Amino acid sequence: MIEELQRRIVSSRRMQFDSYQTEAFYDEMFDPGGHPRPRARALTEKLETLSEGELQRRQKAADLTLLNMGITFSVYGHAAGTEKVWPFDLIPRIVDAAEWRSIERGLTQRIRALNLFIDDIYHDSKILRDGVVPEELIRHAQCFLPPCAGLNPPGGVWSHITGTDLVRDGDGQLYVLEDNLRCPSGVSYVLENREVMKRTFPQVFGGLSILPVEDYPERLLETLQHVAPPTRGTPTVVVLTPGIYNSAYFEHSFLAQRMGVELVEGSDLVVHDGYVCMRTTQGLERVDVIYRRIDDTFLDPQTFRPDSALGVPGLMQVYRAGRVALANAPGTGVADDKAVYAYVPQIVKYYLGEEILLPNVPTFVCWDPKQASHVIANIDKLVVKPTNESGGYGIMIGPKATADERSQCVEAIKANPRNYVAQPMLALSRVPTIVDDHLEGRHVDLRPYILYGKEIYVLPGGLTRVALRKGSLVVNSSQGGGSKDTWVLAET
Amino acid sequence: MLSRVANSIYWMSRYLERAENVARFIDVNLNLTLDLGEGIRQQWEPLVSISGDLATFHQWYRGATREHVLRFLAFDLENPNSIAACLRAARENARTIREILPTELWEELNKIYLTVRGTDPDAVVDQPHDLLMRVKNGSHLIVGLAEASMSHGEGWHFAQVGRLLERADKTSRILDVKYFILLPSAAEVGTPIDLIQWSALLKSASAFQMYHRSRGRITPAQIADFLILDRTFPRSMHFCLINAERSLSEITGSPKGQGTTLAEQQLSRLGSQFDFTYVDDIIEEGLHEFIDRFQTRLNLVDDGMFDTFFAVRPLVHVGEATQERPQ
Repeated sequence: MIEELQRRIVSSRRMQFDSYQTEAFYDEMFDPGGHPRPRARALTEKLETLSEGELQRRQKAADLTLLNMGITFSVYGHAAGTEKVWPFDLIPRIVDAAEWRSIERGLTQRIRALNLFIDDIYHDSKILRDGVVPEELIRHAQCFLPPCAGLNPPGGVWSHITGTDLVRDGDGQLYVLEDNLRCPSGVSYVLENREVMKRTFPQVFGGLSILPVEDYPERLLETLQHVAPPTRGTPTVVVLTPGIYNSAYFEHSFLAQRMGVELVEGSDLVVHDGYVCMRTTQGLERVDVIYRRIDDTFLDPQTFRPDSALGVPGLMQVYRAGRVALANAPGTGVADDKAVYAYVPQIVKYYLGEEILLPNVPTFVCWDPKQASHVIANIDKLVVKPTNESGGYGIMIGPKATADERSQCVEAIKANPRNYVAQPMLALSRVPTIVDDHLEGRHVDLRPYILYGKEIYVLPGGLTRVALRKGSLVVNSSQGGGSKDTWVLAET
Repeated sequence: MLSRVANSIYWMSRYLERAENVARFIDVNLNLTLDLGEGIRQQWEPLVSISGDLATFHQWYRGATREHVLRFLAFDLENPNSIAACLRAARENARTIREILPTELWEELNKIYLTVRGTDPDAVVDQPHDLLMRVKNGSHLIVGLAEASMSHGEGWHFAQVGRLLERADKTSRILDVKYFILLPSAAEVGTPIDLIQWSALLKSASAFQMYHRSRGRITPAQIADFLILDRTFPRSMHFCLINAERSLSEITGSPKGQGTTLAEQQLSRLGSQFDFTYVDDIIEEGLHEFIDRFQTRLNLVDDGMFDTFFAVRPLVHVGEATQERPQ
């Protein structure tokens, strides 16, 4: 009896992991010898006891659940309203308690310093006068917004919601790839991925203690209420969306629903008597806090882009008068500029007097002629990025590009050096991922979410994005990426 | 509640009710044709008349065959009143207000939509019963979910008003079309009647059982009375008006009959007319004429809803709109 059971386990083990290869990459589940890492041992044991085809069946059930739940994103460049279910892979990424502690500390340090930096930039610019960050870089940052000079968001906090992108290189070291201090998206998938896991694959949770993520909306609401201007009673919070055709619309409505607040579009809001109000069936109602999911320059056609129909005319005037709070505050993009990013270690040192805990990816700023010539000389080894893009757009991957693409890139750098940075190519870590009837390693990144109201809170885990195409390093949903649940193990 | 949100929940509810009604009409008619056997022509055309799209139908399809009508009423996305188009519209409206809907409600609506969208018409044209049942049951499940898991506040009442107005409209239409076919003039009241056909009319309004319990044997006048004037049957026109008015008064806070808004006044006028009408008067006046007038008035109520609650009157002119608002 027992022997038979063991035989079965051994044969099913073959099914799941026998042919699995970590190759030369850092694998989040297995060590280079092919043994499960301590944090993944319990999960691999459970997966190995699954009967043949069970994993695939669960994956199908998860796909169907996502479809039925209507968890979708919109695709730009397709017919209006085209929705897609974002691919979800059932094998989670696991982070152990000790590593999570150090990530949490590193992110907290970083967010604190970056907020001090933004506040300084829009006030006295001490850091520029002290020559720590070159003034010229800031003046030419596309996301630097002169109208924000002198603004005083409550508590000096500008970025209340941050979604920092982390990657792990081949040697196991975690790096910060981008800070995303503007309108980071994806947190709804963190919650829904967990929900789908619990619905379709409950048995893998047994005996494990995984930190819950479900309380994020409650904490977000707390953060938003904290930044409200003084009001009578409970402040009225709304989520401002560009509308149903925005790629992250699902998330906007999800967060509004979970917080129990109104989801508004620009045309639902109006400035009346010096306050921002929403149009309701019972007349106008005052709004105290706007969690806005539209870009800075679309917020108010009277202050920024006059052609914006997404925003609210006169909004910035009310904001400046302190009668409405915006989260995030406008102007945070200045610290998202990739050339400014290169200076974050110095920024942390300058404001906090500490060494940076979570390192940057080494970055060459082409604005500096010496670094530019190094980049040009090594163009075939480096990844070149435009300083003001996000979402993986405009990136030239030297080792994979054609000679033509490389020389075009060199010309672009020469024409506008301020606009480019370069980084070495990283061998992103991998997680086993279901491919047809077996598992293969696929590259991942990790985006934790950080709230900054009264204090700093880091949601345990975050969004693990996975590049589903074999060998691909691009995890963006618009370019063949999917996602995984992220488990942070509780302290034992 | 935001005007835009109120508008969307009202239309979500209306479109869902419309899809359910169309599904029931088709299902009852299928059943009827089985009873009547082959060879009876023009069985399917009246079904298209009910939705008021006969002209469009004849433009697009050659002949009112069972297959053509089924395709047109169930699957044709170009026909805004088809089941598929109504579910799409209901879902699209729901998608803009997911934040106020119970998650289970959204999921159920999404599921029916996906089921109908994913159905190959060729595969079910011979056996549409299961699909039609799915649509009807889905609609009932959603209404039940709203009843049991949504606060009976403003949003819920807007959904009620939308559903009840739509239902009153549909009951009036099926009565109009069928009555005319079965009994072209008042003079024929009392002549032998086709029980099967009259029963089918009652079933189209889910009224077969309740009619028998309350009125006994089938007579055309009693059927008209039941479907128009009964105060307790949930698909009778009068019932719908009474309860829509009740919900409207919950929304505005004005006691019934004393509302000051255009929507309340229009609805109140229409309802009070029903309070003091007898079926004999209706038949004498002409059922068709009565229903025609009813539908005109019902459209005024809908206009009133728009003016009173949904119209976004810009206080400041905001340049160009960037999006079409789905309805």
